[in-house]
Amino acid sequence: MQEQQTAFATFLMRYSPLEVIVVEMQDPKSGVTGSEQKLNVTTIPHVFAGKDIIAWIANKMKTPPEEAHVFGTMLVAFGYIYPLQNHKMLVMCNDTSLYRFQVNPCFLRNQLTNVFDVVAAIYLAKRNIRKKGMLEPYEQAHYNHLHKWLNHKWDFIVMQATEQYKAGKERKKPDRVVFDCQERAYWILNRPPRRTHSAMDCGPERLIDPNEDENMFYQQAIMRSKVKSSVSLGALVKYITTYKTHDPFLAPCQPSNPWQTDNDTYWTLNMRGVDVPTKMRVERWSFSLFELLTDLRGRDDFKVFLKKEFSGENLAFWEAAEELKWGTGSSMSAKAETIFKTFLAPGAPRWINIDGRTMGLTVKGLDHPHRYVLEAAQTHVFLLMKKDTFFRYLKSPVYKDIQKKALSPETHNFSPAQLEQNAQNRSPGIHPIILWQQEEEEKAKTAAASAPVDVKAMMSKIDRKK
Amino acid sequence: MACQGLQKGETLASLKTESDGLKKKLEVERGKLNDVELHQVAEKTEVLGALSIKTRRVLKGHGAKVLCMDWCKDKRRLVSSSQVRTSTDLWTREHGVSLPCTWVMACAYAPSGCAVACGGLDNKCSVIPLSLDKDENLAAKKKSVAMHTNYVSGCTFTNSDMQMLTSSGDGTCALWDVESGQLLQSFHGHTADVLSLDLAPSETGNTFVSGGCDRKANVWDMRSGQNIQSFESHESDINCVKYYPSGDAFASASDDATCRFYDLRADREVAVYQKDSIVFGASTVDFSLSGRLLFAGYNDYTINAWDVLKGNRVSILFGHENRVSRVKLSPDGTAICSASWDNTLRIWA
Repeated sequence: MQEQQTAFATFLMRYSPLEVIVVEMQDPKSGVTGSEQKLNVTTIPHVFAGKDIIAWIANKMKTPPEEAHVFGTMLVAFGYIYPLQNHKMLVMCNDTSLYRFQVNPCFLRNQLTNVFDVVAAIYLAKRNIRKKGMLEPYEQAHYNHLHKWLNHKWDFIVMQATEQYKAGKERKKPDRVVFDCQERAYWILNRPPRRTHSAMDCGPERLIDPNEDENMFYQQAIMRSKVKSSVSLGALVKYITTYKTHDPFLAPCQPSNPWQTDNDTYWTLNMRGVDVPTKMRVERWSFSLFELLTDLRGRDDFKVFLKKEFSGENLAFWEAAEELKWGTGSSMSAKAETIFKTFLAPGAPRWINIDGRTMGLTVKGLDHPHRYVLEAAQTHVFLLMKKDTFFRYLKSPVYKDIQKKALSPETHNFSPAQLEQNAQNRSPGIHPIILWQQEEEEKAKTAAASAPVDVKAMMSKIDRKK
Repeated sequence: MACQGLQKGETLASLKTESDGLKKKLEVERGKLNDVELHQVAEKTEVLGALSIKTRRVLKGHGAKVLCMDWCKDKRRLVSSSQVRTSTDLWTREHGVSLPCTWVMACAYAPSGCAVACGGLDNKCSVIPLSLDKDENLAAKKKSVAMHTNYVSGCTFTNSDMQMLTSSGDGTCALWDVESGQLLQSFHGHTADVLSLDLAPSETGNTFVSGGCDRKANVWDMRSGQNIQSFESHESDINCVKYYPSGDAFASASDDATCRFYDLRADREVAVYQKDSIVFGASTVDFSLSGRLLFAGYNDYTINAWDVLKGNRVSILFGHENRVSRVKLSPDGTAICSASWDNTLRIWA
């Protein structure tokens, strides 16, 4: 729910159709024709008649007048346009009633944008117009910054700034001077130049109004579920205890730490593609499913077990989902399609058994694949493996077998002379690029071998042979 | 405009009061579940024996301050970057790549071992594919991926060579698609320069932590770009953040001369590693494989090894002749590498 709200907010921030229309309406050439109007005794500039606005909308959006009227009323209701008469009724009348565009964003109904930043941007844009581009360096820096962060609203901001600038010019000179001083003082207080002291200073140069976002953040933080310290700290201690004997700084490596003896047997014995792993390595696989899968040699062993159980599709799906998540943007659609055909489509060759709801959501999401489209399904599958399959693996003959076979190398005992020799004979090991190329070849071979058999193709081959 | 300003001023003040109230309430909530302290839980753990950690290698070759380093997954190679250039260093060979920017503050090795990333004052983070050919001009193949509006302070690849996470002096972190250079997600929330980030070591791999000059350490959800947790207990800039190996906690190093340990599930700081004799800022931290030891590099040229559970210092590593800018555990935990402003790197085991 919260995610939906965030997504919605983000969408609106980036593209507000209403605002685009409002901007177009005020275009001096193609917008609604305004005029100066006498209201009681005062002459008010930039005034528009309701019927002109409605006519413009009808023309622009190609709607019948009733719809345009409704749209116009919406603009008044949402505060983009305000009436000069009949203030209590926030509707638009299809006659000579007078309206103006709301210039001050403080009065605009827009909970989504950071109002203060928009106000600051309008102020700076207005100053930019007045000073014909010659802003003070700190103002220029701030202007550039806001231009970047509020880029999606910049047309709107410039429009408002222009409007305010025009409105300002119409004031009497003394009023104008006073007003400018007041405004400038306000901004120096709230957005002080760098390295000046301000009574409002609340830490390093703030890019965002701290209090607005923070309050929501604190509220969420208060609501978030926390764990008792005894439980979470206990878990941290447990982790340390479990891995104690595997930590080279706390317990000696077998046969020896290559950095200490310059003999890299330890590394050779623990390579990716080794036939028989060491006892320590096999023990580590039992610590968690995460460890088992992270060590590719362990993952291989797990796959042997899964093959015996005819349940390799879960892991295969998990691997494919990982590749989608961490892969290039350009390959996503193709991968999503392959995954759908292989694992999710009804009757798919490696169909995964997930609950109906997750399946439904996932398949729907695949219409517009994105990086995390398989997240729900992947989590489901991972939890299944973690809570069930993993423990069965640890009790299985496959695991017990590898435990028995695993190596326990003898501790090295080099003499000083031998250590000298070792230092002379250091080798850099296989270059990672070569190793990676080898692994890619292996991956391709396994993928080809385990690919679901295309029955039709096979049948047609057999037919052709006949 | 002025009267609206007053109105705004009033709103700001009331927002601030609300904010302070909420902050207090959060502390109360956190305190409710605070039924035990770390050192109490640690009483049952045995005391660590004396560690004998020595310098095993001194890597010379940079002609300037070494600012960053990262290990290759093969556990032997590493990439290091300095004030003037980046180089990939092995036990025996050196392959230098020059970048046209002065402070290369961040560098990372790609998981495949086939490329490195680096960035700094050029406001960019670039990826350089490596080659088996010693004489190849790697700088020519350099590809810009990340573009920030201020210096790049940290970078790391995610679980593949295809995506990169960066932190920047412009106050944001960002996730990039390496192939296209497209910005996939940006993370806003810090109110000052972000100096460091670290990816969580978990099966989901969907969160990371960042620390910055606003004294905050923030935990982020990579999917939504949201800031999910925040910790503000340091008294000065946070220079480095690093996850505990289980992913349920993290440590930070700060200019306030302390390192702190935060429990993510309990949502609070659980330990402070400090000593009256340590007055210079800590610039970098990393855990040992089991999480029992915390190695921290300081601006007084030393590296201190702390007992994470009991909170005392178990070892001091001397050797560098200038600030220690980075310490990092090798991928299999067999050694710690330190980079320093004395132009060298040291490997300790």
